[in-house]
Amino acid sequence: MEDISYLISAVLFIYGLKMLSHPRTARNGNILASIGMLIAIVATVYFGVKLDFMMIGIAMIIGSIIGVFFAIKVEMTQMPQLVAIFNGFGGAASALVATSEFLKNDGLRLPGIDPSILLIISITLSVLIGTLTFTGSFIAFGKLQGLISTKPITFKGQQLVNAILAIIMFSAAYLVPDYGTTSLYVIIGLSALLGILLVIPIGGADMPVVISLLNSYSGIAAAMTGFVLVNSGNSSAGNALIICGSLVGASGMILTKIMCKGMNRSLVNVIFGAVGSEVQGSSGEGKEVNIKSYSTEEAAMIFDAAEKIIIVPGYGLAVAQAQHAVRELADFLEDSGKKVYYAIHPVAGRMPGHMNVLLAEANISYELLKDLDEINPEFKDCDVALVLGANDVVNPAARTDKSSPIFGMPILDVDKSRTVIINKRTMNPGFAGVQNELFGYDNSIMVFGDAKDMLVKLLSDLKELDS
Amino acid sequence: MDITTITIFILAIFVGFEIITKVPPTLHTPLMSGSNAISGIAIIGAILATSVDGKMGMWLGFIAVIFAMINVVGGFMVTDRMLKMFKRK
Repeated sequence: MEDISYLISAVLFIYGLKMLSHPRTARNGNILASIGMLIAIVATVYFGVKLDFMMIGIAMIIGSIIGVFFAIKVEMTQMPQLVAIFNGFGGAASALVATSEFLKNDGLRLPGIDPSILLIISITLSVLIGTLTFTGSFIAFGKLQGLISTKPITFKGQQLVNAILAIIMFSAAYLVPDYGTTSLYVIIGLSALLGILLVIPIGGADMPVVISLLNSYSGIAAAMTGFVLVNSGNSSAGNALIICGSLVGASGMILTKIMCKGMNRSLVNVIFGAVGSEVQGSSGEGKEVNIKSYSTEEAAMIFDAAEKIIIVPGYGLAVAQAQHAVRELADFLEDSGKKVYYAIHPVAGRMPGHMNVLLAEANISYELLKDLDEINPEFKDCDVALVLGANDVVNPAARTDKSSPIFGMPILDVDKSRTVIINKRTMNPGFAGVQNELFGYDNSIMVFGDAKDMLVKLLSDLKELDS
Repeated sequence: MDITTITIFILAIFVGFEIITKVPPTLHTPLMSGSNAISGIAIIGAILATSVDGKMGMWLGFIAVIFAMINVVGGFMVTDRMLKMFKRK
């Protein structure tokens, strides 16, 4: 019977995810998936044997309270952090289930238990990926929250250390039949360490890749735990974990691929490249960048004369919590008969779709948010491109300068518009350590200051011009 | 374990790739939090783990239920909160 329940759950998950293909149906899709989860949980509790209901109930209540607290409290700007810790909890849960299965079989050394090679492999992989996801996600969380330096933390021979850890770990897995639990604890400890070591060398702007990857890992860990359950005789629950875990694993993989493409970097380069650890001297240095700095009043005059405006949001917008200020400015511009669009680069912000969620929060219609391919042809007849806290994603050096670390990265062609107004807090170069030659272009104008303050002032100056 | 399990695994990955590719970039954040909630399916393994005889395994199951439940409840709720905001003028 539980087989049928799990089948219904799986269908609901797949259909729910399918409904995420359009903003109109997405909300119902999510509700459908949550019903699928409810069915799976109820079926497990109902058909389970020798379950301690009291214990399960208490755990569920504790988990729900914490989950609800996070879901309600989190600000949209903090969504990357939230997804990071949720990834971590998912990975930990999978690793714990596999460990528990292992201990149940007394380190697979109980008489009558066949420590099949498949069971050992699946337990090892489940514990490895789950634990690594747990610790890695918390490091990612720390970086996003600013608790740990967002600069890549590297040391000499880091890759060698990682390789040695991996070798010890696989040896421990090989020795499981002889050493049982001791081997498992070695695997857990080293996986935890490996998770930390793999994420600390990754810089802030590479976070979209890391979060997507950890998202994928949390799914793969669940799938591996499914194999553990199947191999220890619980095939219906195991299959359910395999199906759902694979869906999530595939989803994370696709997002990882999209993020890598958005930066024109390979996954290997992101994980081991530690870009941003040193200021690249090759480009930027020799070139003198002469900038023009305008006040918001002067910028307001340019906006007043413009017909078509494209707003380019970046991480700076999230930091300044300026999404509502953007909306107010855009509303005013639209009311004066101007056209306003938003150009969203795939890696703008700290996670896939970060900017879209922020702008949606500010009540901006999703139809105005255009992706890279859609918006790039629009810049040539655009009067003003307003760049808010974005840098590398609008750097023309990516098109031309072969020595630039961001060469080849697809960028938003803001430089093709009549005027580019760039808002930044300071002249500090972007994450990749590259000075942006765009700032020195003839059609570029800098307006310094916090994004939110700048937008509020700009709006009041515009209103003054109008009256 | 037999070939059926591997078959399920491979086919599920294909289904995943097929449906996720169709999710537009604008919904990538809710996709992540929503799929994250689905990876909370580990909860059914966690529930079963509490039946494990022997203290240690049982308590691990207990903690696993808490963690997975955070994922499930928090994940679906925050996804709903986000999707509610996606509007068209």
